[in-house]
Amino acid sequence: MEIFKKVRIFDFVKYSKYGLIFSVILTIGAFSLLFTKGFKLGIDFAGGSVVQIKYTQNAPIDQIRELLEKDSHFKGVQVSEFGADTEVLIRFPYVQAGDEKDLGPLISNLLEPTGKFEIRKLDTVGPKVGNELKQKGILSLILATLAMMIYVSFRYEWRFALAGIVALVHDVIITAASVIVFDIDLNLEVIAALLTLLGYSINDTIIVFDRIREKMLTHKTDNIQEVINEAISSTLSRTLLTSLTVFFVVLTLYLFGGEIIVGFSLPMLIGVVFGTYSSMFVAPKLAIMFGFNIEKYHAKEVKKAKKAQEKKQLRQMYENGRI
Amino acid sequence: MKQVFNPRLVIFILAILFGVIFSIPSVFHTKGPQINLGLDLQGGLNLLLGVKTQEALKSRYASIASSIAYEAKKSNILLDNLRSDQSGIYFDLIDTDEAGNLSDILKKFDGIKIDSSNTHYDITFTSLEEETIKKNAISQAIGTIRNRLDQFGLAEPSVTQQGKEDILVQLPGIKNAQEEQRAMELISKSAHLQMMAVDEERNAHVDSINDLEAQKYGDVILPFSDSSGSPGQKILLKAIPILDGNMLTDARVAYDQNHQPVVSFSLDSRGAKIFGDFSGANINKRMAIVLDGKVYSAPVIRERIGGGSGQISGGFSVEQASDLAIALRSGALPAPMQILEKRSVGPSLGQDSIRSSMIALISGFILVVGFMIVYYSMAGVIASVALVVNLLLIVAIMAIFGATLTLPGMAGIVLTVGIAVDANIIINERIREALRMGENISRSIHLGYTNASRAIFDSNITSLIASILLYAYGTGAIKGFAITTGIGIVASIITAIIGTQGFYLAILSKISKTKHPYFWFGISKKG
Repeated sequence: MEIFKKVRIFDFVKYSKYGLIFSVILTIGAFSLLFTKGFKLGIDFAGGSVVQIKYTQNAPIDQIRELLEKDSHFKGVQVSEFGADTEVLIRFPYVQAGDEKDLGPLISNLLEPTGKFEIRKLDTVGPKVGNELKQKGILSLILATLAMMIYVSFRYEWRFALAGIVALVHDVIITAASVIVFDIDLNLEVIAALLTLLGYSINDTIIVFDRIREKMLTHKTDNIQEVINEAISSTLSRTLLTSLTVFFVVLTLYLFGGEIIVGFSLPMLIGVVFGTYSSMFVAPKLAIMFGFNIEKYHAKEVKKAKKAQEKKQLRQMYENGRI
Repeated sequence: MKQVFNPRLVIFILAILFGVIFSIPSVFHTKGPQINLGLDLQGGLNLLLGVKTQEALKSRYASIASSIAYEAKKSNILLDNLRSDQSGIYFDLIDTDEAGNLSDILKKFDGIKIDSSNTHYDITFTSLEEETIKKNAISQAIGTIRNRLDQFGLAEPSVTQQGKEDILVQLPGIKNAQEEQRAMELISKSAHLQMMAVDEERNAHVDSINDLEAQKYGDVILPFSDSSGSPGQKILLKAIPILDGNMLTDARVAYDQNHQPVVSFSLDSRGAKIFGDFSGANINKRMAIVLDGKVYSAPVIRERIGGGSGQISGGFSVEQASDLAIALRSGALPAPMQILEKRSVGPSLGQDSIRSSMIALISGFILVVGFMIVYYSMAGVIASVALVVNLLLIVAIMAIFGATLTLPGMAGIVLTVGIAVDANIIINERIREALRMGENISRSIHLGYTNASRAIFDSNITSLIASILLYAYGTGAIKGFAITTGIGIVASIITAIIGTQGFYLAILSKISKTKHPYFWFGISKKG
């Protein structure tokens, strides 16, 4: 089966102009959402407790809420259905140390009149852990980004590295904003999704960059737009295929993975779409805007080749015993 | 025939054998290295404990202070206002003529700085010693907790250091709330045993003295434990203990004359001597047995107690007494613990998690394989084989290194399936491209792999860098995720770039001879 029998060259650079405007608007929107509404911090960051309870019959959510609200331990309690009619999720803010020991039995006792149930999960996170997690999360994110940027600069060119990273940040910011839109708690799964996206998005961008580099070296044209259009067009079938497979894999994860992993699968769904889009419409255009100059690049490559040639000659002369 | 076994094919075959052999134990639960299931998948209790290392310093100061008090008394040096807190030991020397003798005593203690002006002495640890004490407190706490859990009889508890001052305790197989409660009490019990003298002169006014005043006399007010028969009552004790739990050699459950369970303990020779000396000199006075800052009993000393053994009574149940004996026997926690994070997963939820991620994994896998075969025909079949080997390699490598598979790790595997396919797609697209340009099969395959390898390599290395950093700096879930994606990337380089090429090279002559070589890559002849 073939989708594209022949490589048709599309003018991606031209469309990138609109892409860029679209991206800027979206990024500004995402940023303002991040700063105005902000994340709803889950217990991994804010501290607090989450209890997952499964009933043998339908869960009486109102009754549960009423019973828990009476007890001072559960101030600010939230009770919601979790995936099925029989399962509920109870969330409440952190209670001072010493009390957490008795949480399980306390809930069992309080909820006894509501019917037969089983506590399937009880997580309590103290505020100190949340802070540490925040610091570590941010640190690992920054370090990973920097390391990737260094590697890409080393293999390509710093403007490409910068363009790739800006595109990456764009993907991550928009995906993060989608977490707010979908009203998902910021927990470890969300962080895992954002981190995966980091790897996935730069992957996609590098494949396109690799083609650009190849075309620059084989076609001795000084028209960067032409090179980019050709490069994106010839990787188009691959980009679409891979993105579709990843998209479908994540989609099955979303559909069958259940509520437990929705914090991972839903942001990833958004991330894959934007990661693919940005590697075609944002990153290459940015490289041009950052002042990438193909003539200089060619001149440099010629110089490099010349140097290598000279070295080779020198070696040959040495081996022939002339020096 | 000589063309068949090329080095790449050999690597591929070895990878297949390795993957199959070492993943069998995990898949079929036979003998051999098996993949560890994280607590989120098998159910259990996960505790993150913070060690209050400041308290370790405080208790070390207290224990040195009691040694100083003992030694000074033995040499008839009179000290006044001997006190200790978490930042040092302070006292006044009454007779300055004894300064020489005193410094001889102080010389015996390592790692301390002595700051004296006139008659006042301040003793603090050197910063190096302070670090050592903190570090030891953590490693000792890990050892102690491990010891206690081993004796408690739980299956495969794991106790490891996390970060600088935290300890991660994982207890798989905890079934109900009662077990959980008991395990947590056992872990967090300091089991800090002290013998303290009662300040008989001032004890009559204990209810009218506050902590600050008590401190001024060098005393401390401690409550009786709830189970000791006199709850709510308080008693005034000399702050510097007579002896400390680290001189304890054994503790076990015994029964008193009323057949109530008590915990009997014995002391080492030094402890026995101090205990004997003190009891001999204080007949008809009271001595309190203090555990974790609560007084269990304060019996009147009738005679000199030699032999160095004693009892703690306090209306225990047999279970409580036995847990206390375990705690005492495995040593005191050098510093109190604080529960920073507690996660418990019931076994039924773990099974549900495994099931739903398996469904996701298998359906994602079928989708990808089906798609690859439809799109690339034979090349798709080969890619799918590589994908299966890739999955087996992940399982095998994780099993060998004893890595733990968690729920986020499962997500990582599912994602690896998607990303590993990418390598094959890039290669196949490149081969198709070369074929369309009119190259022959052998040259197309060669071109396809060389051109694709560069891009795959670059992108995989960047992802690998990211997963290594995530593993190094991430915590819990992030780590689990980084492990599977990291291993998955390496496995995908082996299977997708090296392995499949070896396979093509081996069957190259056969492909070239077939009538429709283009069919192998799912394209019609020329575009």
